[in-house]
Amino acid sequence: MSSENKILTTDGLPLEVSLKKAEKRNKIKAFLLVAPLLLFLLITYIFPIGEMFTRSIDDRMITNMLPKTFESMKKWDGKELPPEEVYRSFYEDYKILAEKKVHGKLGQRLNKEKNGFNSILKRLFRKVKSNQIDESKSIKEQIIKIHKHYRNVDYWRAIKRTAPPYTMNKYLKGMDMYLDEDGNVTQVSEDRRIHRILWLRTLEIALFVTIFCFLMGYPIAHLLATLPMKYSNLLMICVLLPFWTSLLVRTASWMILLQQQGLVNDFFVMIGLVADDSRPEMMYNKVGTYVAMTQILLPFMVLPLYSVMKTISPSLMRAGKSLGGTPFVAFWKVYFPLTIPGIGAGCLLVFILAIGYYITPALVGGASGTLISNQIAFHMKQTLDWSFASAMGLMLLTGVLVIYWIYNKLVGVDNIKLG
Amino acid sequence: MALPSYTETRYRIWHYVYIAICSFVFFFLIAPLFVIFPLSFNAEEFLVFSEGMKNLDPDAFSLRWYKDMIYGTKNPWGLAAKNSFIIAIFATIGSIILGTLAALGLSSRHMPYKGIIMATLISPMIVPLIISGVAIFFFMAKVGLAATHTGIIFAHIILGTPFVVITVTATLSGFDHSVTRAAASLGSNPVNTFMKITLPLILPGVISGGLFAFVTSFDEVVVVLFLAGLDNTTIPVQMWTGLREQLSPTILAVATCLIILSTLILISAELLRRRSERLRGINR
Repeated sequence: MSSENKILTTDGLPLEVSLKKAEKRNKIKAFLLVAPLLLFLLITYIFPIGEMFTRSIDDRMITNMLPKTFESMKKWDGKELPPEEVYRSFYEDYKILAEKKVHGKLGQRLNKEKNGFNSILKRLFRKVKSNQIDESKSIKEQIIKIHKHYRNVDYWRAIKRTAPPYTMNKYLKGMDMYLDEDGNVTQVSEDRRIHRILWLRTLEIALFVTIFCFLMGYPIAHLLATLPMKYSNLLMICVLLPFWTSLLVRTASWMILLQQQGLVNDFFVMIGLVADDSRPEMMYNKVGTYVAMTQILLPFMVLPLYSVMKTISPSLMRAGKSLGGTPFVAFWKVYFPLTIPGIGAGCLLVFILAIGYYITPALVGGASGTLISNQIAFHMKQTLDWSFASAMGLMLLTGVLVIYWIYNKLVGVDNIKLG
Repeated sequence: MALPSYTETRYRIWHYVYIAICSFVFFFLIAPLFVIFPLSFNAEEFLVFSEGMKNLDPDAFSLRWYKDMIYGTKNPWGLAAKNSFIIAIFATIGSIILGTLAALGLSSRHMPYKGIIMATLISPMIVPLIISGVAIFFFMAKVGLAATHTGIIFAHIILGTPFVVITVTATLSGFDHSVTRAAASLGSNPVNTFMKITLPLILPGVISGGLFAFVTSFDEVVVVLFLAGLDNTTIPVQMWTGLREQLSPTILAVATCLIILSTLILISAELLRRRSERLRGINR
């Protein structure tokens, strides 16, 4: 079309321009509707998660405590004992800290870097407090006399290592590793690898709970999808009632059922599986976590499976059978492949939920059933090591986001169905 | 599911095995809830079925734990129930308003960056609660809302909106946009169109999303554990404390009440779902 006979709207604008304008207006309108929630979530939720990251790598406390020391250490190569200048600025920094009465924190922080630091700093503190250090003479010589460790270059290297305002130590700690004195990533000794056990256990429990949920959920989803409406609606209540019931109520009922004098053990005794005096402990261990979590997460497996199976026409199975397949072959070759989207959705949903589970493992898990979430809560509430809790949380989040991404690729988030 | 008469024996056997497996799973799902009922009427303090209960002796049953729940001396449940309802109601209202608006925007075909925005809005549902708890705690502590009702309400709005967004978007997917255009062409302004035309049509989705948000807030314990002070204790927090310290039958009385509440919610959610499907013309 030539430029002369462009279609014009009544106000004289070319149609193309006018349409684009209207389109833009609609875009803005749509965006404005989403904006309040988006802003709210960004401010109260997404940014705070980002803040967890800065918190997890933050090491500015010590940087701010020893400003002069780090400045003078820049010129020191770290091979031999630092020069007089470093000793003097360290002494000056320390004196200020001692006056502010925050020297204890420095001791704790440096002790983490090199064992024994706290005690030699306490000796220095006594000298500083009683003004026994003569500032007109060589500070280096006076400090060296306080304790032989001050003559050990390793201790000064430890200080130098803490100079950068950021550290990856918390992440390494979460994987049972640390930076050794030469700055290499090293694993902690085998008997102290507690976090790796927790990660593996979390994965293991999430994986097995997903498998159990699939094995139990698939048959009943199939039954619900194939039964006539009036029966399936009734049976659906068995899935939906637990789904709507408080998590704590369901956990409480498992605590009652699984206790040593509980109904499950009563039943085992009754059918003669175990003797009355040797009732097995089923709670406060992995068994309890598995059983309770499977029951609690099962609806999340059944519902997506059901919504997929509902769409599969029963005539497909009949066609498969009429073409000579046995029911098993028809099921395996025709029905099962069609349910794979539902399987993917259900399994990933259950897995994501299971990997971050906290309440149930904390109540029925005991020591051998606790998961990584319990460890995060422990550091948030008990040890108050918030930066470590943040680091572990973000490591867990990374794992979940990877799975979420796969989920999105396979099923699409907007295909999540509820109820 | 009656089997046709020509079924071979092995498939017949398999069919009964399959029915048995399904029965077991249904039993596994629903039975634990029913253990709570009778035990909450236990006259004794133990959480096992006493001999009297097994013989259905009327003396073995009593309402003492319900009395304890309501009139008990150092009874935390009254305050907890009040807090739970206040927090859940305000959180639901907040979630419904923010979530419905966002869903309206998201369902527009003009919406830019739909995928990433949808993923962001739904993220509180996917991120493990413990991480949400830590992040929200840091934020609320910074702005001075930790240990306040407002802080917890905001936290529950965060957790509740994804449900509203999902259910309302689903309702809107079958929505005939020509009716709003018809309203506009007849001279109705956008607000009026929304209130008179759109809202009544998507109401089942909005309410069922609201129910999800309500239950999420009412049942939520992880985030509240981080945020709550002594005055903000809620029913789930009390239950959590009780279950950790000692399983007392009073907890079972509370649990029974909660099961009744969830049954009511289930019934309303089901009715709404059916109504919504009828309105959207989905017949199964």
